[in-house]
Amino acid sequence: MRNVIAIANKELRSYFSSPMAYIIIGFFALPFGVFFYLYVDFFVRQSMQMPDMGGGALNVNQQVIRNVLQNAAVIILFIMPMITMRTYSEEKRSGTIELLLTSPVTDVEIILGKFFGALGLYVVMLLVTLLYIAILFVYGNPEWRPLVACYLGLLLMGGSFLSIGLLISSTTNNQIVAGIISFIVFLMLWIVGWFADTAGPVMGAVTRYMSITEHFDDFSKGIIDTKHIIYYLSLITLGLFLTAKSVDSERWRG
Amino acid sequence: MIEVQHLTKRYGRVTAVDDVSFRVERGEILGFLGPNGAGKTTTMRILTGYMPATEGRATVAGYDVFDKPIEAKRRTGYLPETPPLYPDMTVREYLDFVARIKGVSSAERAARVDAVMRRTHVDDMASRHCGKLSKGYRQRVGLAQALLHNPEVLILDEPTAGLDPKQIIETRDLIRGLAGDHTIILSTHILPEVSQTCQRVVIINKGRVVAVDTPDNLTARLRGAETLYVEVDARGQDVAAALARIPGVTRVGHADQRHDSGAYEVESERGHDVRRDIAREIVTSGWGLLELRPMRMSLEEVFLQVTTEEPAPGEPDARDGGLAPGEPEDRLEGRPSNA
Repeated sequence: MRNVIAIANKELRSYFSSPMAYIIIGFFALPFGVFFYLYVDFFVRQSMQMPDMGGGALNVNQQVIRNVLQNAAVIILFIMPMITMRTYSEEKRSGTIELLLTSPVTDVEIILGKFFGALGLYVVMLLVTLLYIAILFVYGNPEWRPLVACYLGLLLMGGSFLSIGLLISSTTNNQIVAGIISFIVFLMLWIVGWFADTAGPVMGAVTRYMSITEHFDDFSKGIIDTKHIIYYLSLITLGLFLTAKSVDSERWRG
Repeated sequence: MIEVQHLTKRYGRVTAVDDVSFRVERGEILGFLGPNGAGKTTTMRILTGYMPATEGRATVAGYDVFDKPIEAKRRTGYLPETPPLYPDMTVREYLDFVARIKGVSSAERAARVDAVMRRTHVDDMASRHCGKLSKGYRQRVGLAQALLHNPEVLILDEPTAGLDPKQIIETRDLIRGLAGDHTIILSTHILPEVSQTCQRVVIINKGRVVAVDTPDNLTARLRGAETLYVEVDARGQDVAAALARIPGVTRVGHADQRHDSGAYEVESERGHDVRRDIAREIVTSGWGLLELRPMRMSLEEVFLQVTTEEPAPGEPDARDGGLAPGEPEDRLEGRPSNA
């Protein structure tokens, strides 16, 4: 555990001691802010027209937070390769992997350390977005419980991307290659859900189940369903397990 | 302390290390000598648990590196060929991180980092980023990293590569000072380094051990005949024939290509010192004796001899650009590596 913390700490520090972390956070916060503005603007207009149409009050959680976070999920998909692409490939290229692999730490500790380091940066990204949400609390009265579900969903979905990204990074010593492959894989995992409605009943269910972003939908509504939690946790475990296998096979091949 | 038995490593169809066995006793410095690509780094990587061997066993400090990797690694310090530094960390941050993953307790971590930095003379660069260090400093930070957890066994892959002559001397002194408390294997292709630092030498070529001995014994054992260099000022005279008549002399040859400079190589039976007789012969003949000295076979020649003894058929040169034949020995010292 001590080793996992040491490695996670080092990973996190290396993100923040290079411009990488700031670029990533900026790249995430900016479109998030744009979506936030657009949805709040739309929401305010709608609620001003609402009395004329004879309806009741609108739900901030459903109309603003849900929509903003669903769009954020897509931005996250674009950003995650930037976080994971260097984790293993850079260590392999520069030879520092030799230090880790000859230190008295296990492969699993190294992988978990790298995973939690990347997750740490992702959590910082999510914390930045809470500033926007705080504005809603100042000027409105959204419910906090569904919000917790939303952020839990974002965390699990991001964790899944990170574990797959880690796996891809462990297979190459070129971080650009790792980044591009991760991006393509993440993109596939997103758009596979688009076929859910047009494919047959069986294939539709399969593709819907495979899509990473599809499972976030319930979380964004404020529903915590164990089905989705299990999906994400098993995806994370699978990614980390395959990373361990990839690191081990690299060892044997030399 | 270190025991290697029948170690073999194959990459696909290429055999990098072929049935290598040797032992290193506690407190000893073993030199691992061989041309580039001989399998030195691969052997060291197996010993440090970086990669498993295809066949054979290796034990470090009593722990099998394959069965008990964590225990073995706890007792091993390793300096890889390229020092494994994180460019965006300062030297102190880096060493602190390494101390953590090497299992140095938090109570003594800061003190260990300071002590190691002083010992390897990098303390003046403590707050400099590793990526901005010169080659010499990088190498020494790499060495500092290997010493952090005070390991019983040190495995150093070309520890003096890239250092300037003053730093090379300092590093050798440091390594010699570490022996006794630590058992050390160091690899190099710089030969004087071995004779100056190591108590025993393993010469490895094409993945096979070709010789194991002390530097002195190796030189002596392979010397065979005693050879003298004689330079005589005697134009037009048949010096070679006169020298060959001296009892004990087995062979007289010209020491240079032109055959007319008066320089000869005189070989004699082992243990038979013919220097007095040669001097008397030359002087009584009325020639001028310009030079007379023993041509002791240097470790370099030993090395060349053992690594080129039996070239495999179809392979023109065993020395992958490591050392050129016939190159004067004094020019080889401190020669930049091709690696």
